[in-house]
Amino acid sequence: MSVLRDAGTIFRYQLRLLIREPVWFVIALVQPLLYLALFAPLLDRITDTPGFPEGDAWSVFVPGLLIQLGMFGSMFVGFGLIAEVRYGVVERMRVTPASRLGLLLGRVLRDTLVLLVQAALLTAVAVAFGLRVPLVGALITVAIVGLLGVALSSLSYAAGMWLKSEDALAPLLNMVAVPAMLLSGILLPMSLAPRWLYRLSRANPFSHVVDGARAAFRGDYGTTSLLAGLISATLLAIVGLAVATRTFQRETA
Amino acid sequence: MSMIEARGLTRHFKTRTGLVEAVRGVDFHVADGELVGFLGPNGAGKTTTQRMLATLLAPTAGEATVAGRDLRRDPTGVRRAIGYVAQGGATNPSAAVDEELVVQARLYGLSADEGRRRARALRDHLDLADLGERLIKQLSGGQRRRLDIALGMIHEPRLIFLDEPSTGLDPHSRANLWGHIRGLRDRAGTTIFLTTHYLDEADALCDRILIIDHGQIVAAGTPAELKRRISGDLVTLEVGDAAAAERARALLADRDGVRDVTIHDAAVRVTVEQGDAAALVLMRALDDAGLAVASLRVAHPTLDDVFLTLTGRSLRDAEADASGASHVGPA
Ligand SMILES: Nc1ncnc2c1ncn2[C@@H]1O[C@H](COP(=O)(O)OP(=O)(O)OP(=O)(O)O)[C@@H](O)[C@H]1O
Ligand SMILES: [Mg+2]
Repeated sequence: MSVLRDAGTIFRYQLRLLIREPVWFVIALVQPLLYLALFAPLLDRITDTPGFPEGDAWSVFVPGLLIQLGMFGSMFVGFGLIAEVRYGVVERMRVTPASRLGLLLGRVLRDTLVLLVQAALLTAVAVAFGLRVPLVGALITVAIVGLLGVALSSLSYAAGMWLKSEDALAPLLNMVAVPAMLLSGILLPMSLAPRWLYRLSRANPFSHVVDGARAAFRGDYGTTSLLAGLISATLLAIVGLAVATRTFQRETA
Repeated sequence: MSMIEARGLTRHFKTRTGLVEAVRGVDFHVADGELVGFLGPNGAGKTTTQRMLATLLAPTAGEATVAGRDLRRDPTGVRRAIGYVAQGGATNPSAAVDEELVVQARLYGLSADEGRRRARALRDHLDLADLGERLIKQLSGGQRRRLDIALGMIHEPRLIFLDEPSTGLDPHSRANLWGHIRGLRDRAGTTIFLTTHYLDEADALCDRILIIDHGQIVAAGTPAELKRRISGDLVTLEVGDAAAAERARALLADRDGVRDVTIHDAAVRVTVEQGDAAALVLMRALDDAGLAVASLRVAHPTLDDVFLTLTGRSLRDAEADASGASHVGPA
């Protein structure tokens, strides 16, 4: 199928370009480890706080960190697309008969692969630090991160394609990212929140994703939390892809 | 068969300062195998027209058939048949030369092996022979331009749009590029539709020229036709002294095909349709009347003269204005 073929071509091309940037490579791998090294020491006492969910600090904190990676890791890929538009690369590809969806998917797949590698690395290092997590639970969480990657990289490309300007994209991302993160319980669980804040957080799909990831880490596979998290992540990915495909098709008709 | 058939093609842009009518209802056709030049000053609408024909920009009004496909109904069909080289370049600085060429080939449905084979052949043709592994940011401006052109040709399209292909090339590379463009047409029968600022380029390269100004086509024809139609050739005959020149003028003024005769010292200047054919006839007429012709010169108008006559502006001025405007500080 030409969508898959074109997506494959773009995926390999984009991956090669990325790997060629050594600075990027180091940052991408070191960043999650820095979070782990600098934030984890704060966790020792926090489990005593009333309202802190069950499980040790690591199994509450690491899933949050993974979801944060999923949210922010690919949120900024739109900037790369704007640069490509400026170089004329996007226009050059638009003149070819290549599938528009393929041109988008290839990029999204590259971003998602990068994210999965980062997530796996982060989990492995956390285990070395003392995290105890069932393998299945870790795999489910990494898969959720992948779905988030698909969603946010798609949305970021759609926004980049639509705005075509770094100066407009940066404030937009900030405006969306900060409340989405604060209301998700990534850093501290929302079970600590006052009632109104907790209610508000329930409207944020990312809060369900975070709860789902924590349930997976505990090995609670039968809970509604995990199901809600998986459904939220899947819906986010579908919506993101749909919006981006439409934007790509309209802007590159 | 027509390779391009544009009917009333129009494009407006909304800008903060109001509506820009970039292209205002152009009608033209380009035949299969033709090499046609689109000549016009900055902002005339050349790029906008090409972008519409290359499926990059939706026309505000009008329609077109490109390579036998309807532009609106079958854009993918159009894309399969055409190549397009943008005015501003189209490469990623971090990519390697062959990487871009092979990806481009893949996007046109060719295999990676075939892409590599064609990349090598095109590099050989376009003076990029040893640069396959080089990163694009390490190329010179001219080398990058030639890579842009190679990218537009890798799938051997039947029709290729070149937007100011020779901008930024040195005279040697330009001559090479002209050779390659001509070869493409002569060997492969590729139809070529290029825009240019260079009068000598349009003159030397194109079978036919469309002159566009303020979004409208103001003239079309072969370079020779255009020059003939607009200004005519100038035949200058030296006849000894002013009195003889006066007699010569009286003799020639009423002849068929003579548009204008003026006296310049001891010479008459005759404006005619086709100077090369008329020169001997005029000389013989003077000879028969007993006026000895001491020297004879035929001057053909340049495309610049044509442009000046049609638009009231010289193309060179338009270019100078544009390049002057982009410089900051005192000239
Ligand atoms: N995206 C756009 N938005 C608004 N105006 C535009 C846009 N693109 C082109 N124009 C305007 O349309 C007109 C025609 O532009 P176009 O690029 O087609 O000219 P051109 O003949 O290619 O000129 P040049 O020789 O400088 O390349 C210009 O007045 C230009 O400012
Ligand atoms: Mg132009």
